[in-house]
Amino acid sequence: MADRISIYIDKKEYFTTEDKTILEAAQENGVYIPTLCHLPETESSTSCRICTVMVNGRPLTACSTPVGEGMEIDNSTTQITEWRKSVLEIMFTEGNHFCPSCEKSGNCRLQALAYRYQIMAPQFPYQFNEREIDATNDKIIQDHNRCIICKRCVRAIKDEHGRSFFAFIDRGHKLRVRLDRKLGKELTDELAEAAMEVCPVGSILVREKGFETPIGQRKYDLERIGADIEQNGQMKNHE
Amino acid sequence: MKKITIEPVTRVEGHGKVTIHMNALNEVVQSRLHIVEFRGFERFVQGRPFWEAPVLVQRLCGICPVSHHLAAAKAMDVIVGAGTGEGLTPTAEKMRRLMHYGQMFQSHSLHFFHLASPDLLFGIEADPNIRNIIGVAMEHRDLAIQGINMRKYGQEIIQATAGKKVHGTGAIPGGINKRLTPETVEHFMNGPEPQNISKMIEWSLGALNFFKDYHKKNRDLIDNFASYPSSSMSLVRKDGALDLYHGVLRAVDENGEKILHDIDYQEYAEYIGEEVKSWSYMKFPFLKHMGKEKGWYRVGPLARMNTADFIPTPLAQKEFEEFKAYTNGKPNGMTMHNHWARLIEILHSAEVMKELLESPEITEGELVVKGDRQETGIGMIEAPRGTLIHHYDVNEQDQITMANLIVSTTHNNKPMNKAVDMIAREYMTGRAVISEGMTNAVEVGIRAYDPCLSCATHAMGQMPLDIQIIGPDGDILDRKVRD
Ligand code: SF4
Ligand code: FES
Repeated sequence: MADRISIYIDKKEYFTTEDKTILEAAQENGVYIPTLCHLPETESSTSCRICTVMVNGRPLTACSTPVGEGMEIDNSTTQITEWRKSVLEIMFTEGNHFCPSCEKSGNCRLQALAYRYQIMAPQFPYQFNEREIDATNDKIIQDHNRCIICKRCVRAIKDEHGRSFFAFIDRGHKLRVRLDRKLGKELTDELAEAAMEVCPVGSILVREKGFETPIGQRKYDLERIGADIEQNGQMKNHE
Repeated sequence: MKKITIEPVTRVEGHGKVTIHMNALNEVVQSRLHIVEFRGFERFVQGRPFWEAPVLVQRLCGICPVSHHLAAAKAMDVIVGAGTGEGLTPTAEKMRRLMHYGQMFQSHSLHFFHLASPDLLFGIEADPNIRNIIGVAMEHRDLAIQGINMRKYGQEIIQATAGKKVHGTGAIPGGINKRLTPETVEHFMNGPEPQNISKMIEWSLGALNFFKDYHKKNRDLIDNFASYPSSSMSLVRKDGALDLYHGVLRAVDENGEKILHDIDYQEYAEYIGEEVKSWSYMKFPFLKHMGKEKGWYRVGPLARMNTADFIPTPLAQKEFEEFKAYTNGKPNGMTMHNHWARLIEILHSAEVMKELLESPEITEGELVVKGDRQETGIGMIEAPRGTLIHHYDVNEQDQITMANLIVSTTHNNKPMNKAVDMIAREYMTGRAVISEGMTNAVEVGIRAYDPCLSCATHAMGQMPLDIQIIGPDGDILDRKVRD
């Protein structure tokens, strides 16, 4: 059993154990820290940085930083909120996110965070990058317009030998995630569904799965993102 | 030649520009309604997975998104092998119809009470500051309140069937994604006054009586304003009944002879062509076998009264008979009778909504069917403003490769141009300056067709009213800009 320690989030004291990350400690105490790339039980990719908090005056990612006795963590200062908004706005302007016709609308973490942080119009100019739609696989369609390069699909969707179906290719602004052509043929319906689910946005789409759940009845239509954590401080290992 | 430009036409959603070309004797040579048609959408959908189309396409228009949603969904039914209109489950068919008739009811109510009634109540030449819905609200409170409530009822029907008042997602390829709960049905049937179906039917009849009474006192305006004979086109049910959701395509000429014989609309492209004119961004559709000169036609409420043999609900049928009797059963070419026809359709829509709400399938039954995949799908519907065509090709990888849309405003391009030209000749001949009355008359003439300029046009920002008189040498002789 790891040692019980106390930490401070936004000046309030909470108890946790040493073996936790800041994110886990916050979640078990009912404090919401936003995440996009984080996936429980997999190695952090710390690519999105939306979980950034101030730890003893330094910005660190909550999903990958272990807690320490007496840590002072800021999670809701104006500065942090503005950072998080900027991260979201960069994602919206960098990709081509057209929420109204996206099957993930209402279930999309990016959209849900934009609502939570009340983003109206981004402060950055839209890039209108040309991205392609890859419809070569039998089970899924990859819409690169929406990918936020979080690597969740790469980390989560694997075959029984532990081989990833998805991998990153190219670098820099050309970086994109690709479904392995050969392995992709073995993608089962369950894995295809799981890939769509694990993608925080609408970049991975199961063929012909569209709008079966009415708008208004989707996950984040019913409650804002993070509400489950805020209501239930006991939830462990929440993604 | 002198050229007078009026823009935009106010109280028409979006914007339009009118040019009146005059010779040195101040005679109107020709008038043109310029509509900037935005066809960017057809490119935008290319490459998108086909099941997104019914949702995506609604963004074309904030005024009749349901019509686009359903026309695209009907096209996608064909793509997923769910048949060309008769193959859906009863629940899916009825839910979609309810959504559509709810849309018709709210759109027509908006048009009549908010846009058209001010012209009738205050007269075409009245000051635009009174000739608007606020004016109606101040002087005819009952009418304004009815209009608002009827619109609200229609919008709530849309919300219940599509998920949202604007831009819902109810219809999906091969069916629908929800049923109504018995509580919702009860709410629409017997909700507290005035939000229940009996009240809607009562008020629809009241609005019709208001119009007919007005007509008796203002025959000249209603019968002669921008009237001209023309052919008419619409979908009709296979037995010739008025059907706004599905049917075969029929056109009749000005004498009532059939010139398009109830064709399967999957074959529309064999019969309908689109002419491009150098001065207009908007195409001019025509019936191919009649040629470009004679093949044009009207669409919309008036046209539907001309093509249909009867209306399959009792109260609207009675009104239809009276309407037909006015022209001895012959097609009606009186532009302002569009309003009369629209009111009959409001009543009919209310009656249809009632029938649908009473039917058990609206709360139970299967939602979706699918069959063999097809490469091409065409969806057609009678939108509030007239026939709406959606045509898509989809590749083996489920991506849309081609989209062609013909919206009702485009079908009515020639008829609206004709109306504007008639008005211009009447008001302008012998005069070189634009009077307030003339500007208003042009508005009223165009408005009778209820053009949804924002779906046919995507005006970026609002343009001020710009009136130009251009002399025979191309000089600007006079110019008025109204912000
Ligand atoms: S496809 Fe989805 S899950 Fe994979 S990297 Fe892109 S956004 Fe993340
Ligand atoms: S969630 Fe921590 S960096 Fe993405």
